[in-house]
Amino acid sequence: MTHGLGAPAAPEMSPAPVVDGETARRRGWGWLLLLPGMLWLFVFFLYPTIQLFFTSLYDPSGSFEQGYSMTWHFANYVDAVRDTWNLFARSFTYAGIATVVCLAMGYPLAYAIAFKAGRWKNVMLILVIAPFFTSFLLRTLAWRTILSDNGPVTSFLQTIAVLPDDGRLLATPVAVIAGLIYNFLPFMTLPLYASLDKVDPRLIEAAGDLYSGPFTGFRKVTLPLSMPGVVSGTLLCFIPACGDYINAELLGTPKQYMVGNRIQSAFLTEHNYPLASSLSIILMLVVVAMVIVYVRRSGAEDLV
Amino acid sequence: MTGSTEDLRLENVTKRFGDFVAVDALDLTVPQGSFFALLGPSGCGKTTTLRMVAGLEEPTAGRVLIGDEDITNLRPYRRPVNTVFQSYALFPHLTIFENIAFGLRRRRVKDFKQKTLEMLNLIQLEQYATRKPDQLSGGQQQRVALGRALINEPGVLLLDEPLGALDLKLRRQMQVELKRIQTEIGITFVHVTHDQEEAMTMADTIAVMNHGVVEQMGAPGELYENPSTTFVANFLGQSNLIMGSVIDSTGQTVVVDCHGQKVGVHAGRSHTAAGKGWLGVRPEKIFASPAGSEDYFDSNVLTGGRITDVGFFGVSTQYLVAMPWGQEVVVFEQNTGQRAPFKNGDEVDLAWSRGHAYLLDADQDAQAGMTTPEDAE
Repeated sequence: MTHGLGAPAAPEMSPAPVVDGETARRRGWGWLLLLPGMLWLFVFFLYPTIQLFFTSLYDPSGSFEQGYSMTWHFANYVDAVRDTWNLFARSFTYAGIATVVCLAMGYPLAYAIAFKAGRWKNVMLILVIAPFFTSFLLRTLAWRTILSDNGPVTSFLQTIAVLPDDGRLLATPVAVIAGLIYNFLPFMTLPLYASLDKVDPRLIEAAGDLYSGPFTGFRKVTLPLSMPGVVSGTLLCFIPACGDYINAELLGTPKQYMVGNRIQSAFLTEHNYPLASSLSIILMLVVVAMVIVYVRRSGAEDLV
Repeated sequence: MTGSTEDLRLENVTKRFGDFVAVDALDLTVPQGSFFALLGPSGCGKTTTLRMVAGLEEPTAGRVLIGDEDITNLRPYRRPVNTVFQSYALFPHLTIFENIAFGLRRRRVKDFKQKTLEMLNLIQLEQYATRKPDQLSGGQQQRVALGRALINEPGVLLLDEPLGALDLKLRRQMQVELKRIQTEIGITFVHVTHDQEEAMTMADTIAVMNHGVVEQMGAPGELYENPSTTFVANFLGQSNLIMGSVIDSTGQTVVVDCHGQKVGVHAGRSHTAAGKGWLGVRPEKIFASPAGSEDYFDSNVLTGGRITDVGFFGVSTQYLVAMPWGQEVVVFEQNTGQRAPFKNGDEVDLAWSRGHAYLLDADQDAQAGMTTPEDAE
């Protein structure tokens, strides 16, 4: 406790909060329970992130055989941006489109589950989660078959002349974005469902009673009340989609590669750790910046 | 039908949920500008009736009209009706100002700001305009719910147990307040409640509902003094119901034999013509006197009572009087201090004026409509 200079503490202001044994013990427990989580975050998040940052400043001429030396080489970042800005642009575009489509598909789905499903609610929720029972990789490989040149989807689109006869889906941006949408749709639907389910149907009745037609009632009551779900759903969709490389790798070609693919090859194939690290750091910072702007603009700081 | 053009009318309205009949062929006319209460225990169909007027439920059969306009199939947002919901249903994401202005803004009323400020003033919440509903107390939220509905100047205002969530003292205050506002602005109020005291203090007309039908309708005093069913007799206030059989129903006074003692009931208060009947009399209408001490000329008298319990309530004393046929009759006596209270075991005669008793159909359950203290809430 601090007091003004020379001001003798008034008795009723001075006593430090008396912490009796009981309270102190409870506080001790609180910290103890936090400890495993803190330790985990430190060992598996904070320390690696710092390590990643240092690695991004190593001498780029280093190699797996010769070793890497720390030279505070900030030019790595300049090189990374110069060589891969188009990959960043593509990542954000693909992730952005996928997120918007996920929202457009996930919202009606979540709405139906929350308000219209009745006793089928749980079944529908399980169906939303069901894909998680299979591995991400396998599901994406399955999409290769679905979208393949002789596959049903391509043939159908060719028949109805949406695609030219020699047109294909696989190895195009459409395939990569479709894969992203498919893989991240549950991450959009579940938070949307959680916040729509909390909307009191009586509020919708009240809006109707107060001269709102169905659409106005939705716009003025349901949608604003489900904003927490919209915000967390879009974040859960957009952030991992930005860093994804599996979809571009399995459903696209190098022409559709995203920044994740570049990071992967820099790390695992070229062993260019400084480049891979600086790309990772840039991706992280840009995504964090975008998220901050987004959350501010959606007015949902206290909702996330 | 009355001549007024904007009366709310329900014609033969029925609502079924599967096999359950919530409202059964209800006919009701609520005169324009009246304070009308739908009173009944939970599950009696009163809230369903209200929701059908609001447009939140669709009747299985029948028509709902305001004046000559049939609103049965109008969507809620097209009806000249607003509701004060039981749980208030205030919009949690909007300020108090925006909650109250909601209806006006949807109808694009130009001077909604001015009107909203006036309403905030009326409900005395000007200083809370920018707060959110969860920052207000229960009573304040109740006033917001009322203001949000009233500002639209509906033809009919529906109130669904609007005071249910408030504590007793606040409820009494709001009852007076609601009645004052209704009298001032003259809008028709339809008030749904299970609280008989609330209905009696506020309403001009009460319809007592039970099992989806209106048991009896009338002014509070009328219903209380001359109930036509055992349910109404028990649900509104307290009744002593004594089994008797009609001896003579030809004259102005119907003569009833109650366990060997003859009593009279005015013909207008007799709701059964012949055979057996429940003779009803309210506890405060009965005058107890020491056995044989008084001559009653024009009153009904039942002799042979014995005091078995004395409950002192301050303003009054409640006696339980065991009658020769085993029944216990409740008697209230105001503590005027004119005489010493009775003690357990005292022998008494019970007397009441002929104009105070009523005679009900014997086929009905004498326990119908009785509420235990737990049910009352």
